[in-house]
Amino acid sequence: MKLTTLTIAAVMAAGPVMADLVFPSLSYRTGPYAANGIPFADGYEDYFTLLNERDGGIGGVPIRVIECETGYNTEKGVECYESTKGEGALVYQPLSTGITYQLIPKATADGIPVHSMGYGRTSAKNGQVFSNIFNYPANYWDGASHAVTHILNENSGDISGKKIALVYHNSAYGKEPIRTLQELSGKHGFELMEVAVDHPGQEQKSQWLQIRQQRPDYVLMWGWGVMNQVAIQEAANIRFPMDKFIGIWWSGSENDVLPAGDGASGYKALTFHNLGKDYPVYADLQKYVVDAGKSAGAGDQLGTALYNRGMYAAMLAAEAAKTAQEISGNSDISPAEMRAGMEALEITQAKMEAIGLPNFGPTFSVSCDNHGGDGYGAVAQWDAGAGQWSLITDYYQSDQSIITPLVEEDSAAFAAENAITPGCS
Amino acid sequence: MLYREAGDFSTTYPQDSQTFPIKFDRYRYYAVLAIAFGIIPFVINDYWANAVFVPFLIYAIAAIGLNILTGYCGQVSLGTGAFMAVGAYSCYKLMTAFPEVSMLIHIPLSGLITAGVVTLFGLPSLRIKGFYLAVATLAAQFFLVWLFNKVGWFYNYSASGQISAPERDVFGIIVTGPNTEAWAKYLICLLFVTACALAARNLTRGMTGRSWMAIRDMDIAAEIIGVNPLKAKLTAFAVSGFFVGIAGALFFSVYLGAAEVGESFGIDKSFLVLFMIIIGGLGSIFGSFAGAAFMVLLPVFLKNVFVGGLGWPTDLAAHLQFIVSGGLIVMFLILEPHGLAQLWRIAKEKLRLWPFPH
Repeated sequence: MKLTTLTIAAVMAAGPVMADLVFPSLSYRTGPYAANGIPFADGYEDYFTLLNERDGGIGGVPIRVIECETGYNTEKGVECYESTKGEGALVYQPLSTGITYQLIPKATADGIPVHSMGYGRTSAKNGQVFSNIFNYPANYWDGASHAVTHILNENSGDISGKKIALVYHNSAYGKEPIRTLQELSGKHGFELMEVAVDHPGQEQKSQWLQIRQQRPDYVLMWGWGVMNQVAIQEAANIRFPMDKFIGIWWSGSENDVLPAGDGASGYKALTFHNLGKDYPVYADLQKYVVDAGKSAGAGDQLGTALYNRGMYAAMLAAEAAKTAQEISGNSDISPAEMRAGMEALEITQAKMEAIGLPNFGPTFSVSCDNHGGDGYGAVAQWDAGAGQWSLITDYYQSDQSIITPLVEEDSAAFAAENAITPGCS
Repeated sequence: MLYREAGDFSTTYPQDSQTFPIKFDRYRYYAVLAIAFGIIPFVINDYWANAVFVPFLIYAIAAIGLNILTGYCGQVSLGTGAFMAVGAYSCYKLMTAFPEVSMLIHIPLSGLITAGVVTLFGLPSLRIKGFYLAVATLAAQFFLVWLFNKVGWFYNYSASGQISAPERDVFGIIVTGPNTEAWAKYLICLLFVTACALAARNLTRGMTGRSWMAIRDMDIAAEIIGVNPLKAKLTAFAVSGFFVGIAGALFFSVYLGAAEVGESFGIDKSFLVLFMIIIGGLGSIFGSFAGAAFMVLLPVFLKNVFVGGLGWPTDLAAHLQFIVSGGLIVMFLILEPHGLAQLWRIAKEKLRLWPFPH
């Protein structure tokens, strides 16, 4: 039944050329990263389905989501990009730092915006250099700073002489925070210990043995996919105190902590949006999407951390599209107008309330100088007994005195390498 | 009927020893070249270039390179991915160090550097063979990936450890970077494929190739009849490395544009190229092309049929694609262990006799 409806939907989508807003979803529902890829893709798609069913799209124009399986593989990601960009794709959200790096030059040349929300190249925050790349509301360097600030707060402001280990995915993604952490270690006097885990990260015995030997006071983790589950399990095995183990927002979903059972209780992860399903928008999702049998995937991911993040990403894209429609006065917007809309995007409490997500994330506004938001984040903690994440801090800002010069430096290097003259168009 | 050698007389030795002695074969070869150089560049678009032709051509070079080593000289290598990485990283270092030099010089230079590195890793082949050599090349695979990850000099100390190709041109035509036209990408790859295939074909039917094949068939016998194993094995490693290096350089600079060693040049790349030559046919230049086409085009084709044509969910299609390609590989290997090239040879034999098979 589902298959037939999908076939009919595909035939109808392929048939007449109608005005529609195309949002490609470069998802991964297979491979070692699928556990994290599925909830995000479901949330992303469900939110657009909700807009279609409830509001008839955005500004009266229906939305078409084209899903393309990347398997978290850059070559397949490029293939997906090439095969979907001709359909009038408005914005790409590849959910992979590797694919984002591929798309930064390509999408800029094609004039299509990329929104790498909380991943990708951090210095894309500088919109003068990266005209088409956006990474609001927070980036990896913000995350590194959030984690260190949290440790500072726990130790009443003094962490000199402490040892902090970084367990990271040995790829562009995992290496991103190292520069920032080095700067922060110079500033706060802690010792940084780098522990690399190679793709896909199913085997981490030696890394955790090293941690057991060297006894760091805190462990930070930049992991993704199966690596998260294994790391949390290994940490539980060596009885590392879980409340001193802090993951980036990509290492903080239910799928990551559940396999370790009670051992994972107390594990912390950063986040830049709220968790749980206690929001009015969920009533609409239930009514228009779930009960109508239109949910993406298996439909069992509602309310998980990554489902919320996918939904948040879709919400930001939809709000940017609305802004773009207002600016251009044109309801069937082009990728260039979408880019302008993203650059003028403003997320306020009132807006989030109207959507049905009150207080869901930080408020921020995007400008040409700042494509990355203000860098607010919070810490969540896993409670295995209750089986849920809960925020244990308020949203706080990252250490801009460290991050701003680093962004300047890295984006200037990119501009020099690629002969870009920084400036606002 | 159509395909026969009757009436096709050679009157000189060069005619007799040319690559395609049968007229029909020769014309078909000219037709393929004419279409590839004369028609496709004018009709190609971004999707066909990036998803189909460019990867196919680049993998074909890599497959030819590995075929020389494994198919012609009998030295099993599991280090192809890392050797491609050597090509890619040399190309990156050359592109950033000498921006004004044409890519037509950088790419063969990267091939030469790779040839040197591969020859170095080929040295153990003088003492060990078979599985033991495979393990030695496997060590090269892991060592080189680790090296490119560890030493910042190779990626110019970029924060993420990624290398990304700046814009470079050939006679004023941009061939790398995001502003490259589809036809320029395609043509530069085609140029290198044609040159490599011609060189490989002529090497393998000359003195060098014959000494490789002698070593492959029985190294002791070859040594007795006067083939120098040191020279034969190391030239095979060097030539193979040269081609694989060119493939790696093109793969990074023209196709991907940005690469990360662990993901783009990992062990699965080594296996992919090995599968290509096994499916295509060991010891055959045509087999390298057939294998590359099979491994590159089949997933894209299946994905387009399942998702684009039938509208199935992407995860179902992705899983089914593994099943179908895996099944086809097994089926091919059972039905024709010598690969697609052998199927092609049999087809030609049948065509020659058709319609009177007796």
